[in-house]
Amino acid sequence: MRSNRLRYVTQSVAKILIWIAALSTIAVMILILFQILREGLPILRLSFFTQSPKSMGREGGILTPIIGTVALTVVAIIVATPLGVGTAVFLREYTRESRISRVIRFGTDCLAGVPSIIFGLFGFVFFVIYLNMGWSILSGGLTLAAMILPTIICTTEEAIKAIPYSFREVSYSLGGTKWQTVTRAILPNALPGIFTGIILSVGRSIGETAAIILTAGSSLVMPTSLFSPIRTMAVHFYILAREGISMEMAYGTGAALILLVLFVNTIANGLLNRYIRHRS
Amino acid sequence: MGCSTDIFGTGLKGDLVVQEKKMMVQDFSFYYDSFQALKNINLDFRSNEIFTLFGPARSGKTTLLKSLNRLTDFIYGARHSGTILLDGKDIYDPKWNLTQLRRRVGIVFDLPTPLPMSIFDNVAYGPKLSGKTKTSLKNMVEKALRSAVLWEEVKDRLNTSALRLSGGQQQRLCIARVLALEPEVLLLDEPCSGLDPISTTSIEETLVQLKKEYTIILVPHNIQQASRVADRAGFFLNGELVEVGPAYQIFTGPKDRRTEDYITGRFG
Repeated sequence: MRSNRLRYVTQSVAKILIWIAALSTIAVMILILFQILREGLPILRLSFFTQSPKSMGREGGILTPIIGTVALTVVAIIVATPLGVGTAVFLREYTRESRISRVIRFGTDCLAGVPSIIFGLFGFVFFVIYLNMGWSILSGGLTLAAMILPTIICTTEEAIKAIPYSFREVSYSLGGTKWQTVTRAILPNALPGIFTGIILSVGRSIGETAAIILTAGSSLVMPTSLFSPIRTMAVHFYILAREGISMEMAYGTGAALILLVLFVNTIANGLLNRYIRHRS
Repeated sequence: MGCSTDIFGTGLKGDLVVQEKKMMVQDFSFYYDSFQALKNINLDFRSNEIFTLFGPARSGKTTLLKSLNRLTDFIYGARHSGTILLDGKDIYDPKWNLTQLRRRVGIVFDLPTPLPMSIFDNVAYGPKLSGKTKTSLKNMVEKALRSAVLWEEVKDRLNTSALRLSGGQQQRLCIARVLALEPEVLLLDEPCSGLDPISTTSIEETLVQLKKEYTIILVPHNIQQASRVADRAGFFLNGELVEVGPAYQIFTGPKDRRTEDYITGRFG
């Protein structure tokens, strides 16, 4: 009887603790969203999205920072995805556990733990100065690509690892080459996992500030090419708030940033679900 | 290959079908690290016959089957000695085109292994790899599905996912998928292990039909199945080929004591 009672108490305590954990997560999320959206939403008018900032961002909208955010993220994803997926495929399908695969894995693990400002410094020294790209979309995008590479490698590897061995065996037994097996039996099934990695990376790219200030600059001028300097929304927010230019506009930018992330995630989830439904 | 032959030197001339030796296993041993899974196997498989490899679990049947189209290549730490010939050519010769070998020697696994794609794409997977065009694919898929006795059940939903088929249908799909390659040798590893008796019967009938065109090497899922469809049989025990001969002889009057014990159910 005693032990039954004890089990009942343990059970209840565990349940309460787990509920507290879950509820506090939601509470923190709601608090942040509430604070930003309460201050920011009143600023959001259509003109806020369609006008470039005026007088350092005190007036006007945030069109150029929006373009900057999208441009940098797109460059980063376009560069990092093939590299990351390729590395993961190499690690999983083209080598056995060996010295070279251990070195690569150790390297990516270290990269994942490096603070973004270090990537910024590297990007500044290597892309901006040594390769003479200057503060530009390209420098910033490549720096972001280096930053998100470990995430993409890691999630892709996990996705590939989860694919049953029988898929490979079937593909090879039907006369598939290694490449055909990778492209037709493995990658299509790893796609949802790869996609998750890309979404996480998009989130990191959109939110990054330090590395971007060092590599893409903080220009408010409309960019004309990949070599133009640019300011992203997160950097814009940081400068507006840090330099006390306009808290109002800063909150507006923050709200827009949150909406952008929600928008990207919703679209991505929708696409992903459609893909998964289509295949099963 | 039908021809007139002097049978066993008796002077008796008859229209005997001398089957060519399609695949020959010579002094073949196979090791997983230090474990020897096959011990000096000598065996030949003739065209247009159903040969069954039977024996208790872990006796080396599947290893031999997978060696015949070199799927064992992917097993880390595995090695072999001896050779296997296909039409007289050593399949372990470095000059062999592996994908070509696997197209000529197709395999069906013991568990249904549909890929998560449509029924059509599953069957078309192999032919597509070798670059077949859309129109020829359609005919190939239909022919393969008909041969595997699945066409009538799926002809109206070729574009639905193969994962929605029942276990028995999935296994016949896997057979169709191999047949679509138009292989010369068909390896089947307990293809009926997850099937109901009706599907089993239809697959067995299919196999008997198919042997007109193919060399079939079957690991049956029980002795009854082996005796129903086999022309010749080989009994495996602990990696050794204990006895080989015509099926009726093996199943009714085996020469080796161990074969007899196994068939009469004393072990295994």
